[in-house]
Amino acid sequence: MGALTPSPAPVIELLGAGKTYKTGTIEFEALRGIDLAIREGEYVAVVGPSGSGKSTVMNVLGCLDTLTRGSYRLAGDDVEQLDEEDLAVIRNKRIGFVFQQFHLLPSLSAWRNVELPLVYAGVPREERRQRAVAALERVGLGDRVNNKPGQLSGGQQQRVAVARALVTEPTMILADEPTGNLDSVSTADVLALFDQLHAAGRTIVLITHENEVAQRARRVVHVRDGLITAEELTAA
Amino acid sequence: MNWQETLRTSWFAINAHRMRSILTVVGILIGIAAVILTVGLGLGTQKDVSSQISSLGSNLLIVSPGSTTSSTGVRGGFGTGSTLTLADANALAEKSNAPDIKAVDAEKSSSEELTAGSTNWTTTVDGVTPSYKSVRSRTVESGSFITQAQVNANAAVVVLGSETADELFGSTNVVGQSVTIDSQSFEVIGVLAPSGSSSTTDLDDLALVPLSTMQQDLVGGTSANSVSTVYLQATSADALPAAYQEAKSLLLNRHAITDSSDADFSISSQNALVSTATSVYKTLTVLLTGIAALSLLVGGIGVMNIMLVSVSERTREIGLRKALGAPPGAIRNQFLVEAAILGLTGGIVGAGLGVLAALTLPAAIGSTIVISGAAVGLSLVVAIGIGLVFGVYPATRAARLAPIDALRTE
Repeated sequence: MGALTPSPAPVIELLGAGKTYKTGTIEFEALRGIDLAIREGEYVAVVGPSGSGKSTVMNVLGCLDTLTRGSYRLAGDDVEQLDEEDLAVIRNKRIGFVFQQFHLLPSLSAWRNVELPLVYAGVPREERRQRAVAALERVGLGDRVNNKPGQLSGGQQQRVAVARALVTEPTMILADEPTGNLDSVSTADVLALFDQLHAAGRTIVLITHENEVAQRARRVVHVRDGLITAEELTAA
Repeated sequence: MNWQETLRTSWFAINAHRMRSILTVVGILIGIAAVILTVGLGLGTQKDVSSQISSLGSNLLIVSPGSTTSSTGVRGGFGTGSTLTLADANALAEKSNAPDIKAVDAEKSSSEELTAGSTNWTTTVDGVTPSYKSVRSRTVESGSFITQAQVNANAAVVVLGSETADELFGSTNVVGQSVTIDSQSFEVIGVLAPSGSSSTTDLDDLALVPLSTMQQDLVGGTSANSVSTVYLQATSADALPAAYQEAKSLLLNRHAITDSSDADFSISSQNALVSTATSVYKTLTVLLTGIAALSLLVGGIGVMNIMLVSVSERTREIGLRKALGAPPGAIRNQFLVEAAILGLTGGIVGAGLGVLAALTLPAAIGSTIVISGAAVGLSLVVAIGIGLVFGVYPATRAARLAPIDALRTE
């Protein structure tokens, strides 16, 4: 990490992060002490084969799961101290999720899907619509605001999901295998979108098992057996 | 998330599974309609019975022969004996004997065939005294009532109930006509006004003749001197207990019975009849309402079932909403409101159908159904309550789902 140019305090900081899952009497150590700091505006890929612990990293970073050891600080807040209600607020305001399966609600139109996080943030209706439409325009779907997910291609659906992740202006965009269900054209499409967001100063954390995808990030963190095994900076 | 958004989200979810939602609502509405109908039917029957009994007359004591225990230990049933006589009735009518008894009417009944021209009609013929009219609260619509002179003279005269007149002559304007009873000719001297009790036809289908005529000419034989019933009218409602005591001790005395448990007659009061009947119908109403409430419970379990299905079907949606920042409370409210909407819809439609049935059914089945505002209001409250109570468990389950597990569900 010493190779990085000095920049402001990290927005994301994992210190000695450990996670043990218990299934009956069997214990499984998914994370065995991970230190990871991500600064504002960074584009980081977490890469590893299945079972490496990268999904656990993603769940912990997304405040969907809690650590059994170590600490996680997100934008200065110690996440381990928060209860379910506070975590909901953190997820709502600080994190924009992009999932492999898109996770759009099929009965709602594109802009209704995008406005969902704003509903839980208590934003008034008119403002919600304006911001949802603006986010859809930003991902190049300004002409699809009233389409339902079933009327959109896979790549378009994932772009709706990215718009939904953007709409709350979160601290970090957390993408879990965002191209895992996409063909090569849509993959290029979505990755180009991430490049643009990075260029615009967004913090992006990408979880993937594909090296090719990971190489699009500026910094690649390799995870194996619950530990960080290597870190590399890619040519910008 | 405000209430408006919660309502909108719940409504979307209900709409997305329209058939399922409708079936759930039907479960509730059947229960609600059943409760309203059974309560209404119960109250209506109670009202009918009370008005029937009070149409007998007011402040009445009814003396019936029977309940005798002979030396051989054989006990005659209620109303079967021939131990009451006109002399008993006359003694009861004496002011000096029983000051709290205002009027006495002795009756002797028999079922007879009446003939007018070529028309036959079988009905109850009552031998009565002139006090019948006041004791039984009846009025004569046309003609006149039986007089004491006619009783003394064993006159062959008859007063017809309005329905009997109508059956025999096709009209109630029949004073002066003649009717044959037991091959004797009787002159119709009057027709009674309808009793006003809509559901009882008995009180309008009868023929009244002088008691003496009944005893001498129609019945005759050994039971000629006995009467079937003696109606006593107390001077007031407050005087009923005193009148009861006077009548009882006088009759015991006249029949030379020392132990009142050996009495060869029984006295019942109209109030006792009313309260017996009322309590019988109350029990019946409670029973029926209980059954209806059970169907409401089944409806509620239906709501719970559907909500549980809904929760497991929408596990991924719940996970997503949580990942997007929905606090547990918002998820719980969404499902609770959904269940409450199902319950309330069932309640409103059920109450509507129940009231509609209560308005239209009486014409078809001939019983009174009282629409109770309390029952309708309570049903609506219960319907929402059922939605909420049976929605709590599924909603809590939804709220407790861990977002990662929920998202992973395929």
